[in-house]
Amino acid sequence: MNLSFDFEKPIADLVEQLEKVSQVAEKSKVDVSATIKELEEKIELTKKNLYSNLTGWQKVQISRHPERPYTLQYIETMCDDFIELHGDRTVGDDKAIVGGLGTLNGQTVMFIGHQKGANTKMRQYRNFGMANPEGYRKALRLMKMAEKFNVPVVTLIDTPGAFPGLEAEERGQGEAIARNLLEMSVLKVPILCFIIGEGASGGALGLGIGDKVYMLEYTWYSVISPESCSSILWRSWDFKERAADALKLTAEDMLKNKLIDGIVKEPLGGGHQDPTTIIETVKNQIIHDLNELCKLDVDKRIAQRIDKFSAMGVVVES
Amino acid sequence: MAWFKRNKEGILTTTEEKLDVPEGLWNKCPSCKKPLYAPDLESHQYVCQHCNYHLRIGSHEYFQILFDDNQYEELFANLISGDPLQFEDTKKYPDRLKETMKKTGLNDALKSAHGKINGSDLVICCMDFNFIGGSMGSVVGEKISRSIDYCIKHRYPFMIISKSGGARMMEAAFSLMQMAKTSAKLALLSQHKLPYISLCTDPTTGGVTASYAMLGDIIIAEPGAMIGFAGPRVIKETIKKDLPKGFQTAEFVQEHGFLDFIVDRKDMKAKLSSFIKMMMK
Repeated sequence: MNLSFDFEKPIADLVEQLEKVSQVAEKSKVDVSATIKELEEKIELTKKNLYSNLTGWQKVQISRHPERPYTLQYIETMCDDFIELHGDRTVGDDKAIVGGLGTLNGQTVMFIGHQKGANTKMRQYRNFGMANPEGYRKALRLMKMAEKFNVPVVTLIDTPGAFPGLEAEERGQGEAIARNLLEMSVLKVPILCFIIGEGASGGALGLGIGDKVYMLEYTWYSVISPESCSSILWRSWDFKERAADALKLTAEDMLKNKLIDGIVKEPLGGGHQDPTTIIETVKNQIIHDLNELCKLDVDKRIAQRIDKFSAMGVVVES
Repeated sequence: MAWFKRNKEGILTTTEEKLDVPEGLWNKCPSCKKPLYAPDLESHQYVCQHCNYHLRIGSHEYFQILFDDNQYEELFANLISGDPLQFEDTKKYPDRLKETMKKTGLNDALKSAHGKINGSDLVICCMDFNFIGGSMGSVVGEKISRSIDYCIKHRYPFMIISKSGGARMMEAAFSLMQMAKTSAKLALLSQHKLPYISLCTDPTTGGVTASYAMLGDIIIAEPGAMIGFAGPRVIKETIKKDLPKGFQTAEFVQEHGFLDFIVDRKDMKAKLSSFIKMMMK
């Protein structure tokens, strides 16, 4: 098991103890099977308790684990066949958003998602999953193509935010995101969205308008990252735990507030513990939902999508 | 030889006897620092006569400038914000709201109104920067959403005057989803072939730029207005370089192709009404 966080120390300690006992047993040929069994049970119990009581900030940390599967790994594992499509036809090809056609369970699907890199070099190449306007415009081009050929769209969201760069502003970062929000609201084909890691603000929402929006169990989605929120409200990054709680950014809170449609369960401790299982779970959810959504009449599906987002917000009539 | 001779050294007038200029009679232009005579400001649409700097004004002033004879009906005025997240930073969110309402006399950061401009019907949603930095929360989203429904029902053209620091952090993801909500509603308005004018005023930033401010059939701005998605400080920290002069001004944004035109406040009403007349024929 991959135990990399401070809060996982109680488990790590028990695992270490277990290893020691096993070593002793091997050397001295003493029967310790009872102790080992007891320890194993204790580990399981500790894990269960720990992972079912994670704080917002702890989930944020898991969502950023470098060994969590990223978009392309999902697509390549889920699909029998995948053709990546590049470029926005205007400025260039953004490496932080990828997309293309895949065959999933015999059905053609347009996949679009943020892409992070797995090592330093690739992280830079992918700009840490922070897209420029051409990324959002590539996404829109692919969605329009999907609409033309009646192919459903699946988006996988994992970004620390849209890139705050000089060229991004020159090329209209705001306009690019806004355009996607509008066009996705009325796209004629079904759209499914999954927050598979970080869902930071407009950069995430720019791919996040769908008939069904899911968050994976240990991900976050909000208007700002807990670090930035802390630095704005308390002028320091030290209050990120408090900010994470205040923002109510976990999947559980988001579902409770009716801002997402569902939660996809992850393997205990997070997707990085067992990538095959988490990818399989997402795949099954896609197959199930596309089945349902494709049955709906186009106009009804769009009306439902618009109604869902229109109902978001809490106001009081005084 | 001097004409006058000082009898006693120093200034001896007591504070009470000093002839003071009444508070607020004179302002200083934030741009050219020249004095502005307050009673003249209204007739000059709150624009500096010396340097054409457009002072920041609120919904009250915009409605006065644009609607015929200052006649309009305010819509959905009774909406106020809830506190779904029990958000607390240095203050509790409901306390902050109450305080701001008392201070500004506003219910939230946006007012919606229906009136006529040079005889043509128009529904305007106008943001108020005084109200928590013109931040977009549930009330802003809901008022825009209902105003669009109102426009569709009565077949009126629609306008939003943006003036905002972006999303309202105290409403977290609720605030984020107002971007989705308003954009989806604008898509509906667009399907009904009703014109939507987006006017960006100083400042138009963050989530507002990344939703309704950039979705107009025409997008226009006041001279010198700051318009952008990311804040200049964040960009500077990211690219570790100084930003060029005039970065993220209306003129810069127009140069890069994202504004139809920049309009002086004094010409705004005439230009808007001729656009509406052409579109609503």
